[in-house]
Amino acid sequence: MISLDSKVPAGPLADKWDNHRFSIKLVNPANKRKYDIIVVGTGLAGASAAASLAELGYNVKVFTFHDSPRRAHSIAAQGGINAAKNYRNDGDSIHRLFYDTVKGGDYRSREANVYRLSQVSVEIIDQCAAQGVPFAREYGGLLANRSFGGAQVSRTFYARGQTGQQLLLGAYQALAAQIATGKVTLYNRSDVLDIVTKDGEACGVVVRDMLTGQVSAHSGHAVVLASGGYGNVYYLSTNAMNSNVTAAWRAHRRGAAFANPCYTQIHPTCIPASDEFQSKLTLMSESLRNDGRIWVPRDLDETRPAGGIPEAERYYYLEDKYPAFGNLVPRDVASRNAKTVVDEGHGVGALKNGVYLDLSDTLANEGVETVRERYGNLFDMYERITGEDPYRVPMRIYPAVHYGMGGLWVDYNLMTNVPGLYAIGEANFSDHGANRLGASALMQGLADGYFVLPYTIGDYLAPRLGTKPVPTDDPVFTNGITEVDDRTRHWLAVKGTRSADHYHRELGKILWDYCGMTRDKAGLERALSEIPAIRDEFRKDVKVLGTADGLNQSLENVNRVDDFMELAELAARDALHREESCGAHFRVESQTEEGEALRDDENFSYVAAWEWKGPDIPQELNKEPLTFENIKLSQRSYK
Amino acid sequence: MSNNLNLKLRIWRQDGPDAPGAFLDIEADDISRDASFLEMLDTVNERLLGDDIEPVNFPHDCREGICGTCGVVINGQAHGPEKATATCQLHMRKFRDGDEITIEPWRARSFPVIKDLVVDRSPLDRIIEAGGYITAPTGSAPDANDIPVPKDVAEASMDAAACIGCGACVAACPNSAAQLFTAAKLAHLNVLPQGQPERWKRTEAMVETMEEYFGTCTNHGECHEACPKEISLDFIAFMNRDYIKAKIKNRSLASQAR
Repeated sequence: MISLDSKVPAGPLADKWDNHRFSIKLVNPANKRKYDIIVVGTGLAGASAAASLAELGYNVKVFTFHDSPRRAHSIAAQGGINAAKNYRNDGDSIHRLFYDTVKGGDYRSREANVYRLSQVSVEIIDQCAAQGVPFAREYGGLLANRSFGGAQVSRTFYARGQTGQQLLLGAYQALAAQIATGKVTLYNRSDVLDIVTKDGEACGVVVRDMLTGQVSAHSGHAVVLASGGYGNVYYLSTNAMNSNVTAAWRAHRRGAAFANPCYTQIHPTCIPASDEFQSKLTLMSESLRNDGRIWVPRDLDETRPAGGIPEAERYYYLEDKYPAFGNLVPRDVASRNAKTVVDEGHGVGALKNGVYLDLSDTLANEGVETVRERYGNLFDMYERITGEDPYRVPMRIYPAVHYGMGGLWVDYNLMTNVPGLYAIGEANFSDHGANRLGASALMQGLADGYFVLPYTIGDYLAPRLGTKPVPTDDPVFTNGITEVDDRTRHWLAVKGTRSADHYHRELGKILWDYCGMTRDKAGLERALSEIPAIRDEFRKDVKVLGTADGLNQSLENVNRVDDFMELAELAARDALHREESCGAHFRVESQTEEGEALRDDENFSYVAAWEWKGPDIPQELNKEPLTFENIKLSQRSYK
Repeated sequence: MSNNLNLKLRIWRQDGPDAPGAFLDIEADDISRDASFLEMLDTVNERLLGDDIEPVNFPHDCREGICGTCGVVINGQAHGPEKATATCQLHMRKFRDGDEITIEPWRARSFPVIKDLVVDRSPLDRIIEAGGYITAPTGSAPDANDIPVPKDVAEASMDAAACIGCGACVAACPNSAAQLFTAAKLAHLNVLPQGQPERWKRTEAMVETMEEYFGTCTNHGECHEACPKEISLDFIAFMNRDYIKAKIKNRSLASQAR
């Protein structure tokens, strides 16, 4: 068993963060330069953390497998970023954002973390505006907002449909400034393939230079993982092709508990798959749900084009079932309802695998120009991908894997159970419970990187003043290098018959079918028997050509698929053990009479943190109980 | 599937920066029109693997046209024939059955080939590091609404900030100039009120770093034509104007007061 001390500070909710900042240890400004910190990943969390730590005076080494830090997948986030600014005078507050986030997460997140997130959300907007993020403005020059699923206030800040891009460029530019000063050393095209610990504490990483193939060790006083989410375990997802779980998974294998891997968000508004060769799914920002109406034809044999179907023969299923929230219900609810109507045979498109997202009312009432200004880039993207003009025919959408609420277990300081190893952004499990609200991922990534980690890491570092990082010729590093080298060479030696992608696709199908939008005991047990079988076959039969001594994208990929194979099994095991429904995790056996997710607070109000026990040995379950002192648990209702 | 495409591909293969390169000729049959260009390459790579030929390395990641990782020269055009479209968003329905398609990496001296279709674009990062930021240490920002930004200014800034840093502008330019990329970042920051304190220092540093690595602009406009985000040439004029002003203003501290 491992110790899961959440280190949540005592005191009233609203004072916890303040009290904690006062009580934790600080590193004096002149001493910060005596510490080396390793940051893995340059998305919103990693870039903002690396830049902020360097501004404080720490020496930072930052690693990315991309050619430039600016490419990280945060860049693809479209819709916006939440903050409790209450600029709209519509009743928002820190407490309301906190409440919405805990409720949206179906009461499976830690109250104190979420409250802190809501508190610092306000500072994030200030920080980003000061950096020159070109947020949307009103005519008077003040910031504009829009509303988003799961909320009844307008608290989302945005930069057209490219909010993630602009926020990431802000963080990347802050990072670039620190690279120029020499406080940050950037290692681009560097794949972090192992996390190194000594005497139970994190001390560095093992990295493969993707251009030369050389494997080397890097040492530091602390290691921060900002390596993103694991959605690509499903093969088809909205994640970028190279997004992977490897750094987090290797940390798990070195002792860090992996929490709630079954909580995977299936985003309701993506472009449906068109064929077998499909490499990824593309998200259409759910901000479209503000102005769009979602419907399917009532008649299962409908053949008319959307525009020819009269109002009475359309089934606006979200508006019918959830009059209060309508098309703005949270993501998990929207996704499951889409699956239900498509499974019933109402689906639209050639493969009958989508539902309509129809903006024709808005186009008629507010005009094409208004819609173009709001969603022009999304409409263009839709047309490029599908060949259909969304200004004339309604878009077709269907849910797709999007975000992992689960991740490495962290305490209030964002430290994993391995001392000195931190996880921030999507790589940790902390703030979204069993379902994340729209426009909250950007908020959490930047909260962790700009405003939480730079404070909390000092508490760990301060007592280590005067210590040197473990030298890289220590056996923990040299053994780590040997292991990574052996693993790399192993793949080239298998000389099997099929590509890693082939096996990845097969794995994804199993997970999507049995551990997707709905799960049941029989299906999950089946997944648990099929996944190890396919993993064994993959390891014996995968085919990788080329060498290890230079750029080899197939070789990079095979390591990642191998780690996904192990994660997939854990996700299925986690889903099987959690015999309740909550948020994105919908167990068919546990639903209300109306078909909504039915929680079992008595038995499952905890974080499931899984502990690595060795290859081919099932992980051990550790539980961090969740207690709610400030919010009354209730059955979520968006009616 | 009779509706699918049969294509003749000529794909550039090169082992490393100093290795000689050559075209690999491949018949790519039965390619779906609904596939993206990169999905077509995925399919080709699966088939190469089956024939024991090392798959072609090509740059790609988000496949949504926003990360800027991808980009190849298709029949002589950076990002291919469709206007305002990155390679990953180009779909095969834009091609015809029997087409011959030549696929090359970005061609520019400042972007050496790493392998096959992958090039090194890191000089673009050096330009940003030279000054493509607003110094705002974390925690020091005033309330976001303390600095009103007129809507049209915010829109102009966003027009420039939409650049994805793919480098197609450099690849398309006969001089391998990076003016459009540099001007886009300068305009993004220089038009904003927040960008004023460092405006002249930023301009001089970025332009001169750009000139260390890249060729010179002779107003061909090829960069704009290739740009997947249609960044306007006007920003280059804006940059040139700001650069001249910067050279004067940076001469003495007092002139910073404008």
